[in-house]
Amino acid sequence: MSAPVIAAEGLTKTYGSLTAVAGIDFEVPPGESFGLLGPNGAGKSTTMRMVGAVSSRSAGTLRVLGLDPDTHGPAIRSQLGVVPQEDNLDTELRVRDNLIVYGRYFGIPRRTCATRADELLEFAQLADKARSKVDDLSGGMKRRLTIARALINEPRILMLDEPTTGLDPQARHVLWDRLFRLKERGTTLVLTTHYMDEAEQLCDRLVVVDHGKIMAEGSPSALIRQYSSREVVELRFGSERNAPRRRGSRERRSASRCCPTGCCSTRTTARRSSSTSPPRVCTPPRAWCGAPRSRTCSFGSRGGA
Amino acid sequence: MTTVEPMTASALQAAERPQRFGALYIAEHQLRAMRAYGWTIVVSSVGSPLVYLLGIGLGLAAFIDQPVASGPAGPVDYVWFVAPALLVAAAVGVATEEFTYVVMAGFRWRRIFWGMNASPVSPEQICSGLVLSVAARMLFTTAVYYALVVAFGAVGNPWAGLAMPFVGLLAGLAFGLPLLAYSATLTEDGGQFAVVQRFIFTPLFLFSGTFYPLDSVPVGLQWIGWISPLWHASELGRQLSYGSTPGGWPWVAHLAVLLVMAGVGWVLARRTFVRRLRG
Ligand SMILES: Nc1ncnc2c1ncn2[C@@H]1O[C@H](COP(=O)(O)OP(=O)(O)OP(=O)(O)O)[C@@H](O)[C@H]1O
Ligand SMILES: [Mg+2]
Repeated sequence: MSAPVIAAEGLTKTYGSLTAVAGIDFEVPPGESFGLLGPNGAGKSTTMRMVGAVSSRSAGTLRVLGLDPDTHGPAIRSQLGVVPQEDNLDTELRVRDNLIVYGRYFGIPRRTCATRADELLEFAQLADKARSKVDDLSGGMKRRLTIARALINEPRILMLDEPTTGLDPQARHVLWDRLFRLKERGTTLVLTTHYMDEAEQLCDRLVVVDHGKIMAEGSPSALIRQYSSREVVELRFGSERNAPRRRGSRERRSASRCCPTGCCSTRTTARRSSSTSPPRVCTPPRAWCGAPRSRTCSFGSRGGA
Repeated sequence: MTTVEPMTASALQAAERPQRFGALYIAEHQLRAMRAYGWTIVVSSVGSPLVYLLGIGLGLAAFIDQPVASGPAGPVDYVWFVAPALLVAAAVGVATEEFTYVVMAGFRWRRIFWGMNASPVSPEQICSGLVLSVAARMLFTTAVYYALVVAFGAVGNPWAGLAMPFVGLLAGLAFGLPLLAYSATLTEDGGQFAVVQRFIFTPLFLFSGTFYPLDSVPVGLQWIGWISPLWHASELGRQLSYGSTPGGWPWVAHLAVLLVMAGVGWVLARRTFVRRLRG
């Protein structure tokens, strides 16, 4: 049993009348890989910013490495690596210089920054891009560079806000591989994602957040076991033109497997698929299933119905 | 049972250097970024004084037979009168560039302030670091300007005039820091910066006793000079160059106005950075 590196209790953030995070409790022990899974606007980034000591909480208690972000922001941030949802690399600097100037913010000597920059470029498979302009990198390369930058201070906790959103499947796998290596080295990972498959790959434990509240908590496999019960078939009746040409059926059928937050788990899909057209099964947790509001994911071709 | 105490201790220790030198790290980054347009900076720093001093010293001055201004020892060369004001205007010109679009880029376009913000460096230090780097650029600009002013013989007392680059810097900050405080509140450039350039900087440049003494401006417009850091700094520069004009304001008054403007701007700018980056 280890003392947690992050401990939140009743953590709350309000913006005026809007409650972005509505009192959540969680603890992250050192070395764990912890995920926040949830739909748009759930409050994931807001939570990350509070843990990252850049946004003050409205209520509750929060300790990161035993310190209160309100009073010890710089000390906490010195031990964090942060990969924000939106890249904020300096596009006017070259790839390697981005790492060096960032390392300087932590008071790391220039020479050490340079050595680490070279190692990290190697790690991020960007060594041949060291002298390129950031603008010339692809989205996946930029993301890897942002992760490399977040590691320049050898952080105890790496915070990743949607690390792979917008990347193609191959780029995602490269990133997962890098993150997996970090995890093996003992870095504590905190990440947010919309994707259950990503959570399954990377997280030891995760919480499902929606509307600023924790809806479910557990290991990815336990959550899948617990909540993926029956298949939910989503039917869409498309026009003649949009309907898929399938013998004997005019309606377009697309079924989706969903995590509680409306994100799909491709891996599970593959395992369970049985019918001819690859069905995707939607399985919101019970907490949601009962709710009349529609949470179905639609994966049919665009422009249907 | 491992405890977090050793981690806490090393966190506290790791924060010491950034808390002391954070602003310098930011300035270092900004100066590195300025290299991308380093040539523009050098060319404009050398080119614009050349153009103005040649144009006025050799061209315009030849048409002015009446003495425009005088020092304690009587009328002075027109180019003596204009040179300090031009130098000051160059520093203010840097401010209108660096404290507008660069700030918008930091918060919005390149978003680099948010990157800095996730590091141990504080919002106040981000603000100070930015100011430091811009101050360095202003000082470079005014120093080059002054060298050319000396080369053109456009200064009465070249030794006392050595303080002129710093007067220029102070003017740049007195104008620039309030502008920075304003820019940092903007979330979108809806043409505000063009307004600042055209309807604030240009009128100030024209009506601040730059090309003719302020008391030859209609009384109704003289207030523009009084609130203009350009005028106060130009007057200071002139006093360094050839002594005070009879009946003018004492130099401490000019200095005080500039310091107050820069000080108020500084406080407001830092506050805006904190509010924006710690939302
Ligand atoms: N600075 C802010 N000012 C006002 N409201 C905000 C601010 N930041 C976030 N919010 C609101 O807080 C809520 C949670 O936002 P947050 O960015 O944390 O969601 P998220 O889970 O990260 O979503 P996404 O998956 O889209 O990134 C949203 O309703 C958002 O509009
Ligand atoms: Mg987010």
